[in-house]
Amino acid sequence: MREKLLEIRDLKVIYKTDEETVEAVNNIDLDLYKGESLGIVGETGAGKTTTALSIIRLLPYRVAKILSGEIIFNEQNLLELSEKDMRKIRGNNISMIFQDPMSSLNPVLTVEDQIAEVLRLHMDYGKEMIKKRVKEVLQLVGIPHDRMFEYPHQFSGGMKQRVGIAIALACDPDLLIADEPTTALDVTIQAQVLNMIDELQSRLKTSMILITHDLGVVAQTCDNVAIMYAGEIVESGTAKDIFEGERHHPYTEGLFGSIPNLDIDEKRLNPIQGVMPEPSMLPSGCRFHPRCPHCMDICIAESPQSKSFDGHHIKCHLFL
Amino acid sequence: MSNKLIEVKNLKKYFNTPMGNLHAVDDVSVSIDRGKTLGVVGESGCGKSTLGKTIIRLHEPTEGEVLFKGENIFDYSKKDMKKLRSSIQIIFQDPYSSLNPRMTVSRLIAEPLISNKIYKSKREMEDRIKSLMETVGLSGRLYNAYPHELDGGRRQRIGIARALAMNPDFIICDEPVSALDVSIQAQILNLLMDLQEELELTYLFITHDLSVVKHISDEILVMYLGQSVEKAPYKELFDNPIHPYTKALLGSIPKPILGERGKIRNTIKGEIFTPINPASGCRFAKRCDYAKEKCYVEDPVFIEVSENHFVACHI
Ligand SMILES: Nc1ncnc2c1ncn2[C@@H]1O[C@H](COP(=O)(O)OP(=O)(O)OP(=O)(O)O)[C@@H](O)[C@H]1O
Ligand SMILES: Nc1ncnc2c1ncn2[C@@H]1O[C@H](COP(=O)(O)OP(=O)(O)OP(=O)(O)O)[C@@H](O)[C@H]1O
Ligand SMILES: [Mg+2]
Ligand SMILES: [Mg+2]
Repeated sequence: MREKLLEIRDLKVIYKTDEETVEAVNNIDLDLYKGESLGIVGETGAGKTTTALSIIRLLPYRVAKILSGEIIFNEQNLLELSEKDMRKIRGNNISMIFQDPMSSLNPVLTVEDQIAEVLRLHMDYGKEMIKKRVKEVLQLVGIPHDRMFEYPHQFSGGMKQRVGIAIALACDPDLLIADEPTTALDVTIQAQVLNMIDELQSRLKTSMILITHDLGVVAQTCDNVAIMYAGEIVESGTAKDIFEGERHHPYTEGLFGSIPNLDIDEKRLNPIQGVMPEPSMLPSGCRFHPRCPHCMDICIAESPQSKSFDGHHIKCHLFL
Repeated sequence: MSNKLIEVKNLKKYFNTPMGNLHAVDDVSVSIDRGKTLGVVGESGCGKSTLGKTIIRLHEPTEGEVLFKGENIFDYSKKDMKKLRSSIQIIFQDPYSSLNPRMTVSRLIAEPLISNKIYKSKREMEDRIKSLMETVGLSGRLYNAYPHELDGGRRQRIGIARALAMNPDFIICDEPVSALDVSIQAQILNLLMDLQEELELTYLFITHDLSVVKHISDEILVMYLGQSVEKAPYKELFDNPIHPYTKALLGSIPKPILGERGKIRNTIKGEIFTPINPASGCRFAKRCDYAKEKCYVEDPVFIEVSENHFVACHI
């Protein structure tokens, strides 16, 4: 039996600044089961990070507003918890690898102290055990331990990212939210990190939400995939549905078409035409219509409903 | 006459750390012909950014020379350096933190023009900014926008417009597309290739993404812990990699197809060599499947094994 760990219903998040309102996440639904991983894929500005920050309740509170929805984690609605209860959940039950590694690192602490601090807060370890574990996790992310006395600014971009990963994985979370965890890493270190995550999943049945634009990584690690565009989930299903299914949202097709192909020798790449709409001025109807090669009259007028083909959801007029 | 625009000779950059001397770049020599692109790939932390920054003296070198149009720029005075900075530009890895959040798009692009006092009239300057925005595909509507209002792709375009403002000959691109999704990545790479053709630009293109480097490079340099381990024309490197590290790198690219799932990923095993006071011998030896006794004691030499294909390996 699959056991549900996280359920997001009808989540809507906006950013309100002096000049404009950005509709960042628009009424999305997501389910995540114990021990499984969900990949969230989509263009910059699609609302992936906003979704993640809503779960862990770290949205910038001055500008961000959750207008509707619930986020049920282990049968509790996280949106109703006090900040004090939420703090217990962060780190203990849910941990996050942040997109910008510097935002999670403290510039005045050595790398050793940063990791030790998290272990001290969340794990029942003695001094010696903490020392041992710090060395261990650094080794796992490929950083030799004679470097643990250095400060973040002395590390390269990818090394900072790896320290962030070490911190998030160190205390055995139930849910790991990884926001573009390997963007700054080369493929060999990336493989090491993904192995680490696999190991955590098989040892503790940790569930994971993996936000990434690397479809290769998604293919290797995710059970389920959600494709986001302009704050909506336009397609979702099992990895098999997304990678091998017959029907796709035109945006998903565009995404797959833009991947540089290593096997053929061509120089020009094929990006999706046009750019993401301004988030404060979203187009009418289907939000993808201005860039869609299959655009019909109805797409300009009406926002499509999502249609399910055996659990493979596609939100597009082509299939209605 | 040689067509070399830039030539790096035996460049070294060491940093002091609590545990000793860190060899970030250790005796690297490369040259790039005018109008060509050298791609630099390698493990995270192997010294790619440091190489880029030292070439334009954002770090002072420990040793070595950088010849730009035949002159050693490490001999340049401050004043000469300032002039040179307009011919050599750098686009940074992170489109989020490399732009001043309090400046508008137009002001950000104007900055290099203002500080080098290029235009006397405001009108001329505005025209130039508008034409730069057009070149990189930023809509004129964004003239007065702030960077935080823009997504990563548009921010990276600002970085490119800034780099182009001074009509440079040579641009160092430090992971300019790593933070972007595949579609925007493709747009930016196409833009960089178009600009190269139009303006005869020369690029040093740093990335860890092998599919990106293959698309944009004429030649590719593979670095490992501060040193060059292999260099070849892009096609040759992909078709015929020689160094065990290059092979491991090419073998670990995750493909966007299922069927690889559940398999144990092939990682490079073995102890990681530290760049602090490194011992002699090949720096990859402890992780190399083919290592012989010699590899642990003797530094391999970077030699030409076939035309334009260089490797540093005892095997
Ligand atoms: N603090 C903020 N103030 C105003 N707008 C914001 C803020 N943070 C995000 N946004 C906007 O909300 C939208 C969604 O942003 P989000 O960061 O969730 O996207 P993302 O899918 O994570 O993109 P990326 O791939 O670039 O990380 C974007 O249009 C973004 O510009
Ligand atoms: N300012 C500094 N002080 C001390 N050490 C540094 C400094 N900058 C870089 N280093 C060290 O030099 C080595 C090379 O770093 P560099 O940033 O050049 O790597 P990189 O190849 O660009 O890696 P990445 O792909 O992760 O960005 C690393 O070990 C790093 O910790
Ligand atoms: Mg994000
Ligand atoms: Mg770097």
